[in-house]
Amino acid sequence: MTEQLDAGLVARQIAESDQLSDPSGVREVGRARRRKEDARLVTGRTMWTDNIQLPGMLYVAFLRSPMAHARITRVDVSAARVQPGVVAAYAGQDLADEQGSLPCAWPVSEDVVIPDHPPMAVDTVRYVGEAVACVVATDRYKAADALEAIEVDYEPLEAVLDMTEALAEGGPRVHEAGNQAFTWKFAGGDIEAAFRDAPVVIDRTYVQQRLIPTAMEPRAVVATTDGDAFTLYSATQIPHVLRVMLALTTGIPEHRLRVVAPDVGGGFGSKLQVTAEEVLCLLLTRRLGKPVKWTESRSEGNLTVHHGRDQLQRISVAAERDGRIRGVRVDLLADMGAYLMLVTPGVPLLGAFMYNGIYKMDAYDFTCTGVFTTKMPTDAYRGAGRPEATFAIERAVDELAHELGLDPIEVRRRNWITHQEFPYTTIAGLTYDSGNYEAATDRALALFGYDKLRAEQADRRDRRDPVQLGIGVSTYTEMCGLAPSRVLGSLSYGAGGWEHAAVRLLPTGKVEVVTGTSPHGQGHETAWSQIVADALGVPFDDVSVLHGDTAVAPRGMDTYGSRSLVVGGVAVLRACEKVKDKARDLAAHLLEAAPGDVEFTAGEFRVRGTSEGRTIQELALAAFAAHDLPDGFEPRLDADATFDPENFSFPHGTHLCAVEVDTETGTAKIRSYVAVDDVGSVVNPLIVEGQVHGGIAQGIAQALFEEAVYDSEGNLLTTTMADYLIPSAADLPEFVTDRTETPATSNPLGVKGVGEAGTIASTPAVVNAVVDALRPYGVHDVPMPCTPERIWRVLGGGGGTGGSATGWAGPTESEGGAR
Amino acid sequence: MIPAAFDYIRPASLDEACRVLGDAGDEAKILAGGQSLLPLLRLRLAYPAALVDLGRVPGLRGVEDRGDHVFIGALTTHDEVLRSAVVREHVPLVALATATVADPAVRHRGTFGGSLAHADPAGDLPAVALALDCVFVARSGEGEREIPAAEFFVDYLEPALHPGEVLLGVRVPKLGAGWGFHYEKFHRTAQAWAVVGVAAAVRVEGGSLEEARIGLTNMGPAPVRARAVETALRGVAPAPGGNGGAGGSRDPLRDACGEAAEGTAPPADLHAGQDYRRHLARVLTYRAVRAASA
Repeated sequence: MTEQLDAGLVARQIAESDQLSDPSGVREVGRARRRKEDARLVTGRTMWTDNIQLPGMLYVAFLRSPMAHARITRVDVSAARVQPGVVAAYAGQDLADEQGSLPCAWPVSEDVVIPDHPPMAVDTVRYVGEAVACVVATDRYKAADALEAIEVDYEPLEAVLDMTEALAEGGPRVHEAGNQAFTWKFAGGDIEAAFRDAPVVIDRTYVQQRLIPTAMEPRAVVATTDGDAFTLYSATQIPHVLRVMLALTTGIPEHRLRVVAPDVGGGFGSKLQVTAEEVLCLLLTRRLGKPVKWTESRSEGNLTVHHGRDQLQRISVAAERDGRIRGVRVDLLADMGAYLMLVTPGVPLLGAFMYNGIYKMDAYDFTCTGVFTTKMPTDAYRGAGRPEATFAIERAVDELAHELGLDPIEVRRRNWITHQEFPYTTIAGLTYDSGNYEAATDRALALFGYDKLRAEQADRRDRRDPVQLGIGVSTYTEMCGLAPSRVLGSLSYGAGGWEHAAVRLLPTGKVEVVTGTSPHGQGHETAWSQIVADALGVPFDDVSVLHGDTAVAPRGMDTYGSRSLVVGGVAVLRACEKVKDKARDLAAHLLEAAPGDVEFTAGEFRVRGTSEGRTIQELALAAFAAHDLPDGFEPRLDADATFDPENFSFPHGTHLCAVEVDTETGTAKIRSYVAVDDVGSVVNPLIVEGQVHGGIAQGIAQALFEEAVYDSEGNLLTTTMADYLIPSAADLPEFVTDRTETPATSNPLGVKGVGEAGTIASTPAVVNAVVDALRPYGVHDVPMPCTPERIWRVLGGGGGTGGSATGWAGPTESEGGAR
Repeated sequence: MIPAAFDYIRPASLDEACRVLGDAGDEAKILAGGQSLLPLLRLRLAYPAALVDLGRVPGLRGVEDRGDHVFIGALTTHDEVLRSAVVREHVPLVALATATVADPAVRHRGTFGGSLAHADPAGDLPAVALALDCVFVARSGEGEREIPAAEFFVDYLEPALHPGEVLLGVRVPKLGAGWGFHYEKFHRTAQAWAVVGVAAAVRVEGGSLEEARIGLTNMGPAPVRARAVETALRGVAPAPGGNGGAGGSRDPLRDACGEAAEGTAPPADLHAGQDYRRHLARVLTYRAVRAASA
């Protein structure tokens, strides 16, 4: 089933939804409900962490290292302590005994080196921005001013910036144990045989540039104590994981620590972390006995929010002359930055099973080396490992197509898993449960007008038009819905991947849902309400969703990895089923019927074949009153449930991008973009549409705009939004989106997750298009981001910088010309 | 992102403003729309002892048709400039460039005079002021003074205003019939500063360029007037022809625009090296002149 999601259709769906005041008999799941949380979020009339004001609150400011690598020989905070309004000032040494080490929950291998990571540097700094001292004052202005009175002496050490150089013998070391954090290998099939005498081998190196996740809401922390118990409010994605980790790190007993993620304004993985600032604010409130608050500035955030990507990928593809892939070999260097944070070393592993993409092959070999550098640590960023893998394989397949003079779609067709072959166990050992790559691709080609655009491309090439047209293809899949706990265990991850939910009917028939997921923009309150409304037959508006506070939602694994609906949504459904079973028992008792004779339809239990019934609301009141309950029946209609998936889920789709490259200025402009995604069954098409749009924008941002740049001394140059360029709506084309729906077989909702798909798919589609436009110039790659200057240089401008282009090289085989 | 402490002074009249500024000397900064100054303060790149807010000073805001020129008051916001029928009719180049300034929110706060007095070579309006030979009118305790655009932009973020001097407004000459205009801005995102910008005013007679005035954005420590290319363009036919020289026949306009970066000292930064900026200046000048001549 396909359903075009143009703007007009979405608007009509919203209008229809709004008209349906009585949902009885109408399925909520699948409706384009407007999000019930949006009014308070978009008006800001809600509790963002920085909006929290507590009596006697103090404000924290951090002095941060201006050096990439140095020994701290002296820190003197005494002058800061006597500044007006300053309550306390501390150096790292002052906190050394109690601050512990920031946790890494993913010791990926036997050889992994997890260096001590003090929240505040004590004797050595290892990246620009690392906290070296702090001030606590009566307002944030006084705190900021007092920082200037702190004196720090540094003895500079050599910065370690380049991964290859970092691994060479005898160079400067980030940590005593050396610069290699770990090696991790994985193999399937006989890779030597696949490459031996292979008729075609594509061997490429791609740079996944470093990115800075830029959530709309900066990080903010409030910590408070009554002397015995502690509460931490944080703009975090992971209140539950954070509570466990903070208890282990600070020694505050878990049952004396409450963690609250109030409304949170975006994360993209950057708030999947246990941060230095969270730990330090807890320590400060413990020392001072007063509430403290810290909110980062945007520049502080660019320096110290964990960064994303930063990998050097060498990928080799062995293939037959007809384009069939024999094997793929990947050798990856992954920049960890200065320390291993929560899941830093695990990020490349999330890509390790994805370099084979949607393709069948005989062998696969993957090696990853984690490398320490004197930069901000990297960690999860939208897609986490999977965008990198997808980029490499989708770029390499386009290169293979070019090498063989085949259309890039045709090469994919010759290799992909056909829809009859599902479930399919890949060379990387994953079992893709469902999918239909043919359907999504055919739909995308039709919407895109592929043949017409190819004709225009040929025409522009013939005319040597200064504006060339390129067409980029990305047929992606990804693994998400993190994650089966057993698999996480086998990968040495420190926790499971289940999710929890509780559903309770209140005496008046309203429903409270408690979820262990922690939304920060995804719309769980709406989607979970739709699931519950269908399952219990209650009105959508009668459902409230509670989340993000360990005192309210005590169990959970939080939100990341496109897991919330796939794992948490299923837990909600299971809790509803349990509630329904209880309600059925109560109804049978009251109706004097056997439970097996009681049917449930649209919120009412009826004895089969009669008009005798009780609504679920009546049953809620009856349970509360408890006047007439079955023996042993507890007086409540509620239930807890957890769900631990047995498999990942595998969204897939086909993205096509047309780019116009102005060869005079080097500007690459996206002319049209088509995305046909298969995210399984859809609970709310409007939310899916939003995720796809935002995801594509973020992937395009990597392809064309964003890059964190450090200079040769290790200073971050992109500390403001004038330097780190994030595209806005004005810089992006209209996206044409559509869906195919192949339900997941691994969960009862049939859902696959959509949080990361757009980002994973879009980057290679765009870069493939840019390179395709420049093929006649002999160009085989443009490093990301494909900025105008880089394209100009690849085309030979300024003498070129290593690009192979030497001017117009004529039409190429892939467009049908003779070589 | 918290500024260091400063005094805040909000004079109610021009006389008071001049007096306050005269007393403070170079310790004070004038606050107009704040779109450039406040980021500098918040990043602690500037530490003025006092901000003198001109927001309550009457008479500094508005657009006036004064016969041979248009007078634009220093505190007129970009948005007001854009909405002015007088600007659009008589000095359209100002409107063309102003429309590219940042985004609507900034254009509602930022001011015409503040943007020019900031003397940022990456700002869009200085190149326009240079191309149109505007005249800056400033006042201090010692009286009023006129400064030609060619003398106004001294160096990086350094206008020819003395401490204690207030920019009242700018006279923008009407160039009259026969002139065409274009502002060609090259930037990486809609809200980003110009990597390079070209302000062009041209007069075509009998199929060739009688006169061309070219101002360049972000091609040096100060905004520059590209005199060499102006000379080279004289007498050249701007008529469309060929495919812009990408392998076709020679295009005299493109040849002339090869002079566009002559004598410039463009910056090198994250967005562009010097050689790329010089290249852009040539390409964009070609496009600006073509568009202005159309």
